[in-house]
Amino acid sequence: MAKPPLLSVQDLVVEFPTRRGTLTAVDRVSFDLAEGEILGVVGESGAGKSLTGSAIIGLLEPPGRIAEGSVHLEGQRIDNLSGEAMRHIRGDKIGMIFQDPLTSLNPLLTIGQQLTETIRTHRPISQSKARARALDLLNEVGIPAPERRIDHYPHQLSGGMRQRIVISLALAAEPRLVIADEPTTALDVSIQAQITSLLKRLCREHGTAVILITHDMGVIAETAERVAVMYAGRVVEIGPVRDVVKAARHPYTKGLMGAIPKVGDSLDRLTQIRGSMPRLTNIPTGCAFNPRCSEVFDRCRAAPRPELVTAGTTRAACWLYAQEREETANG
Amino acid sequence: MLAFILRRLGQAAIVMMAVALLAFVMFRFVGDPVNQMVGIETSMEEREQLRERLGLNDPPVEQFFRFVWNAIHFDFGISYQFKAPVSELLASRLPATLELSIISAILALVIGVPMGVYAGLRREAWLSRIFLTVSLLGIALPTFLIGILLIYVFSVLLGWLPSFGRGQTVDLGFWTTGLLTLSGIKSLILPAITLALFQLTLIMRLVRAEMMEVLRTDFIKFAKARGLAPRAVNFGHALKNALVPVITITGLQLGSVIAFAIITETVFQWPGMGLLFLQAVQNVDIPIMSAYLLLIAFLFVLINLGVDLLYFAVDPRLRIGRAGGH
Amino acid sequence: MTDIAPSNAPQGAPSGTKGWWARFKDSDVYYSFRRSWLAQVSAVVTLIFLIMAVFAPILAPFNPYDLAQISLMDSLIPPVWVEGGETRFLLGTDDQGRDILSTIMYGARISIFVGLASVIFAGTLGVSLGLLSGYLGGAIDAFIMRLADIQLTFPAILIALLIDGIASALIGGSESAMVSYVVLTLSIGLASWVQFARTVRGSTLVEKNKEYVQAARIIGRHPLAIMIRHVLPNVMGPVLVIATINLALAIILEATLSFLGVGVPVTEPSLGTLIRVGNDFLFSGEWWITFFPGLALAVLALAVNLLGDWLRDALNPRLR
Repeated sequence: MAKPPLLSVQDLVVEFPTRRGTLTAVDRVSFDLAEGEILGVVGESGAGKSLTGSAIIGLLEPPGRIAEGSVHLEGQRIDNLSGEAMRHIRGDKIGMIFQDPLTSLNPLLTIGQQLTETIRTHRPISQSKARARALDLLNEVGIPAPERRIDHYPHQLSGGMRQRIVISLALAAEPRLVIADEPTTALDVSIQAQITSLLKRLCREHGTAVILITHDMGVIAETAERVAVMYAGRVVEIGPVRDVVKAARHPYTKGLMGAIPKVGDSLDRLTQIRGSMPRLTNIPTGCAFNPRCSEVFDRCRAAPRPELVTAGTTRAACWLYAQEREETANG
Repeated sequence: MLAFILRRLGQAAIVMMAVALLAFVMFRFVGDPVNQMVGIETSMEEREQLRERLGLNDPPVEQFFRFVWNAIHFDFGISYQFKAPVSELLASRLPATLELSIISAILALVIGVPMGVYAGLRREAWLSRIFLTVSLLGIALPTFLIGILLIYVFSVLLGWLPSFGRGQTVDLGFWTTGLLTLSGIKSLILPAITLALFQLTLIMRLVRAEMMEVLRTDFIKFAKARGLAPRAVNFGHALKNALVPVITITGLQLGSVIAFAIITETVFQWPGMGLLFLQAVQNVDIPIMSAYLLLIAFLFVLINLGVDLLYFAVDPRLRIGRAGGH
Repeated sequence: MTDIAPSNAPQGAPSGTKGWWARFKDSDVYYSFRRSWLAQVSAVVTLIFLIMAVFAPILAPFNPYDLAQISLMDSLIPPVWVEGGETRFLLGTDDQGRDILSTIMYGARISIFVGLASVIFAGTLGVSLGLLSGYLGGAIDAFIMRLADIQLTFPAILIALLIDGIASALIGGSESAMVSYVVLTLSIGLASWVQFARTVRGSTLVEKNKEYVQAARIIGRHPLAIMIRHVLPNVMGPVLVIATINLALAIILEATLSFLGVGVPVTEPSLGTLIRVGNDFLFSGEWWITFFPGLALAVLALAVNLLGDWLRDALNPRLR
């Protein structure tokens, strides 16, 4: 038997009880992640990608909760751990990076205080050793003159610098997995690429796996090895980045790919997906994408929703492929 | 930093001048000062002489500057009802009010902040709900009613504590204190609780709201995502940030304790400045009213400056500019 | 980011087909009212007090202002359930033989009317100054806001006391009950306009730069008309919340001033005056003279306060 994957998410369901009934924000999401692998998770806002990340690290905001499914890390089940046990996994085994570096750091503590505090939470070392380690980390994330910067407050640094600090904090205890939730969205375009490549380099050097959550297919195409496309709380397509980019199967993914400009493309217009994603209160019956789909047919409008099936080199949740398979099975 | 302090000093000066103008207008134009100072039998000539001697015939601007000049030297004129210098009257009443106010302020802070922190952290706990309910009573019930209730229970029914006055005081020469005798301390208990209760509930609710606000921020989420212990997240990160705005508002609130003391002093017949002021309002003793107004404004400005400096010490964003590191 | 709060969405959605009652029943405010028993109880209590205030002359067993109905023979009778109590006087009588229940009803009437009037006065003044300040900007804005800052430095009670003191000095001793209540109302109103002004000014500044206001200005509508038509409706929610909370504060302030005995006649006592008068009898054992007016004041202030608290939360879904 092969070694278990680093992370295994099985049929994860995240629900929010509201006054107008329970909303299913993440609906039976499953995927595996190998050691050191970079998985991109892409989708429009509201697709449930951030909530999937929060659910894995155990930081869902109440009243949100994991209603079904399981999360295993290195073969150990972690979604039902006690608060204290989960706390020791956070930071130590799983790190997280948030979208906005301007608000992710405590304005009243110096960079050094925040770093040494994090290091000493997970490693039994002295204050001076922790400070030395903090200096190494700052060096590693490319902060110039770290011995000076370590005593600065967050507001004294630029946005790009602060995101480097955030990355160093997330990696302080050398976690096996980092969940990066839109790590570059809030930054200037000129700095986005630097931060992405920094994250990619660090994780390769340390063998850290990454779940990169973004709505930017371009970032994923450059960074990730595999990609999961989410729509209305579900994974609608998952597979190697190269295959998804070159030969997307699900009509939604095709639409997303059409929205990325390509060099040398002779088309003078980018394709768009018409309409917008449904609200969670108002998900259509059948395939959630059917009102916007260009290849829709009768089957798509009837319940149930399509499941993920193998479609070429990727897996897609679309009746186009499920139909094919059923037909071959019947014939 | 120097510029900040200078700007604040400038603002304080503007506030003081505005209040001084108001006090002067009251002092000079509400009622005729001469009529208040003389008897019915005084002749018109004598009145006119007095008017001239008091400078009431000078141009108003000159009178205003003389008023300010005198006020700076603690000369607020003569009280109409007591026929004694206002500054002496106020000075004799100041220790009683300050002792009451400071003890109440300390009570409100020492009890209010921990209650607020607890209620902010454990929002669903039954104790938090009790705190909130009690705080609602503290805000909704008029101070004087609480005072009457306390008197009825602890003085009339139980007979444990005195219901009025300051008890035995000790004269230290520059200050008369009630804190050195048993009867003085016993007399202080009920008024101090009455005065503290309203501030206490305000501080508790404020701290709770700020804690809840801070606990929602990204940097708290990030601190949790790094696996920091709940104690470190709640106190090292959340409380520290929550206290920054609390300092300002609490400072302002504590300033108002001195003014709220008017009510408490009336209920308990506490011989402080508030009681003196109320008697002045009832008897239209304008010099005392305007002097009290000036004094309260001055104390407020002083407290505000202190709060600003404290704010400065706590928040590095004010202390160190962005360019600080370069 | 992640859209999980669609419950706010229907708010303010224009729908011409439904009546206002149907829309109200569908609104978040109504929903939160249905769910909060505290809000319902407070609303009922407030309503009872309002009815009592308006219909006191009909509902009260006696008219405490009518000397013909008062007899000193009936003075200091305890409540009906205490030994020596009489069924005529449910809550007992005071030292002049007035029925406590009746004086409470008439007193609440004065307290509520003074409270309402001063809130309306403070609201009108504050909203107007806030609109002016926000729309005109410049020196007028700076002046009004500076004034607000300075006034905020002092607690309302001190300001009301000062104004009341000055006013009685100017008017002199010969004042009727009506005049002193008008003075009281103005003092309380002048002491509490700032919060209205600040809120309205803030919203005005935001609205002023919106495109539809710019557009309305380009087609030549009068700026004041724009402000009243477009800005005012947008700030009515917060103004309503401030007004409700201020009503509780005004009632407490009125009671406090009356308790302190500043410029209110004993002939037509409000709740605060009743408590002050009754306070003297606390030591001689006639607790009911001050207790029942005190209880009435506490319940009234608490109910209005809770109502304001609830309204603020209901109109501010973010804080929920």
